[in-house]
Amino acid sequence: MSSDALRAAPESAVRLGDMQPGFCGVIVAVRRPLGAAPGATDPEELELRLLEFGFVEGARVEVLHEGPIGGDPIAVRVDDMRVALRRSEAMNVILAEASA
Amino acid sequence: MNLSTIPTVALVGNPNCGKTALFNALTGSRQKVANYAGVTVEKKEGLAELPDGRRLRIVDLPGTYSLRARSPDEAVTRDAVLGRLPGEPAPDVILCVADATNLGLVLRLALELKTTGRPVVFVLNMIDIAERQGIEIDVDALSRALGAPVKATVATRRRGLDTLLEIAAAQAEGASDLGPDLWREPSAADVRNGHRAARDLMRNTVRPPSRPDTLTGRLDGILLHPAAGLVILLGLLFLMFQAVFAWAAPLQDLTEAGFAALGAAATAGLPTGWMQGLVVDGLIAGVGSVLVFLPQILLLFVFILLLEDSGYMARAAFLMDRIMGGAGLHGRAFIPLLSSFACAVPGIMSTRVIDNRRDRLTTILTAPLMTCSARIPVYTLIIGALIPERTVGGVLSLQGLVMFGLYAAGILSALAVAFVIRKVLWRGGSEPFMMQLPDYKIPDPVNLLRNLGQKAWAFISRAGRIILPLMVLVWALSTWPSAPEGAEGPAIAYSAAGRIGHWLEPIFAPIGFSWEMVVALIPGMAAREVAVAALGAIYAVGGAEGDLAGVLSRQWPLASGLAFLAWYVFAPQCVATLAVVRRETGGWVWPGIMFAYMLALAYLAAFIVYRVAAAFGLS
Ligand SMILES: Nc1nc2c(ncn2[C@@H]2O[C@H](COP(=O)(O)OP(=O)(O)O)[C@@H](O)[C@H]2O)c(=O)[nH]1
Ligand SMILES: [Mg+2]
Repeated sequence: MSSDALRAAPESAVRLGDMQPGFCGVIVAVRRPLGAAPGATDPEELELRLLEFGFVEGARVEVLHEGPIGGDPIAVRVDDMRVALRRSEAMNVILAEASA
Repeated sequence: MNLSTIPTVALVGNPNCGKTALFNALTGSRQKVANYAGVTVEKKEGLAELPDGRRLRIVDLPGTYSLRARSPDEAVTRDAVLGRLPGEPAPDVILCVADATNLGLVLRLALELKTTGRPVVFVLNMIDIAERQGIEIDVDALSRALGAPVKATVATRRRGLDTLLEIAAAQAEGASDLGPDLWREPSAADVRNGHRAARDLMRNTVRPPSRPDTLTGRLDGILLHPAAGLVILLGLLFLMFQAVFAWAAPLQDLTEAGFAALGAAATAGLPTGWMQGLVVDGLIAGVGSVLVFLPQILLLFVFILLLEDSGYMARAAFLMDRIMGGAGLHGRAFIPLLSSFACAVPGIMSTRVIDNRRDRLTTILTAPLMTCSARIPVYTLIIGALIPERTVGGVLSLQGLVMFGLYAAGILSALAVAFVIRKVLWRGGSEPFMMQLPDYKIPDPVNLLRNLGQKAWAFISRAGRIILPLMVLVWALSTWPSAPEGAEGPAIAYSAAGRIGHWLEPIFAPIGFSWEMVVALIPGMAAREVAVAALGAIYAVGGAEGDLAGVLSRQWPLASGLAFLAWYVFAPQCVATLAVVRRETGGWVWPGIMFAYMLALAYLAAFIVYRVAAAFGLS
């Protein structure tokens, strides 16, 4: 379903991994990473982990903080929970911008 | 009552929801901590007693977001819940523990747990915080919607626990009519559906907070600030070091004096002979050499528990992830590595906070390269004996510089080793770093003390069981065979240890070690600092360290002394570390790899140092 969701995503869709603190959005798709590096976490595994942490279509996401070096990792609020994750992982969460 | 007839109750929930606090409150002191057979996950179980005398066996399981296990810890939770662990009864009741202020993820887990067909009781823990925030939960509606009893509790204040036990016992009695086990590994679609169901459930039963927690947000604004956050983290580290090395010193002196007095009393009380030697030099000195580190390790555990319980630990991992990641380490490796500056044993034990196996192994393998406090007596002795008391550039002491250099060499080689492990052993793959940042809490002192007691006991029993027999062995090796009548030189030269030293001498000659130095390495296996006492015995100067330094400065070429220091940066011979690695990794493979690489690095470093120093004419 993830690739369909990505195609169906609105023009304004952005990737969570690109966002700066202060950004608010709603998840429109959680996709499997494409062309994963050999040996990296298997793509389905990463999708499942994101889902289990509450990154699921329809959830509200706000970027709260970023790490001291290269702005990585990021701390985000997903619905009512604070989660830290790396930007590379957050690239698989597709958002539509929402007003804060 | 027969143990097998006591119903088993398993605690399952997300990390940080208060499972362990609940476990502690339910079982009090009637608990035991062991390891699950074959895996290295801690197994905590205890007995809870109801007012009417009925009893329940309570099992605390590692936190998880799903029964689909991502790590060895989570696999234990899954297997325990499904009754797949050999020799473990399947739970009669599952207590699904929830942080009442954070129900989003745990409701999905509760629905997943229901599919196992076993009775589930939903525990709304931390209800005190939920009430403070004005979260309203319709308990009856939630119970109807989940199809499970729901009970609100405050684990740290023991609120609601008697009723909870009543409910659990009643569920266990009715457990004969189990539903079918329909659990299967959830797919992405299953998880999405589960979230949808959980969200509907939540919309109908929970009113969001009217006074949401703003403290966590405000604190994070400072503590996760790219600059201020790092400064505060460094400040905390400094405080921790200060505590471990300065505040623990009086207690350590006291412990040492106590064991010295005990040894003197035993010497006076026992007839001279091998019995006296065994008790005084083997047993008492052996126990003393372990317990002298206990004050440091307790202080270290207090810090770690405070950081964990308050919610700060996850923030430290967040700040450090990129910095550690450069060397291929996980952000969470930071605290175990830090602990290893006191002793690698508690450091390696605390790698359990890292849920990924590869990241955990990398951390375990590099932890012993941090300069532990057992190396300090060796460093101080040799630096004092061989490095002149000079200042460099007018302000820096040369001896201090060498000491600093040894610490730095340990850290740098740990980073290099982690980097190589990442590149060679686990090529490419980096594991996701996904972690909940829990709300800040004021740690509960009673709960903290109980956890401290458990950790301290685990250290004493593990280290004790390894080090004590070893001290006796080492004592025996350095005592027998005894020196013949009218023999020249120290008695240890004639003992088995002395012979081993002579026998190994050719291997160590290229790095400039004399046989005396080799002999000192052997008792150093029990605990690294015992090498100092061994050198004392070899050069027959007794306990006075000043004399020993004098002898060494006359007898040891500078190049050999420096090579000995370089060897001690790695010091692969600590058996307590190797044994704890075996326990934590469940086999001899990883301790074997660790010993081999540290031995190779120690030899190489000593060789280079010796040859370079010799080339500069320092031998
Ligand atoms: N206020 C409050 N704090 C709690 C309660 N239960 C647990 N805690 C605290 O929550 C933190 C995490 O608890 P812990 O038992 O370690 O969680 P676990 O990861 O599920 O084992 C600790 O600081 C506990 O003292 C509760 O009911 N009320
Ligand atoms: Mg726990």
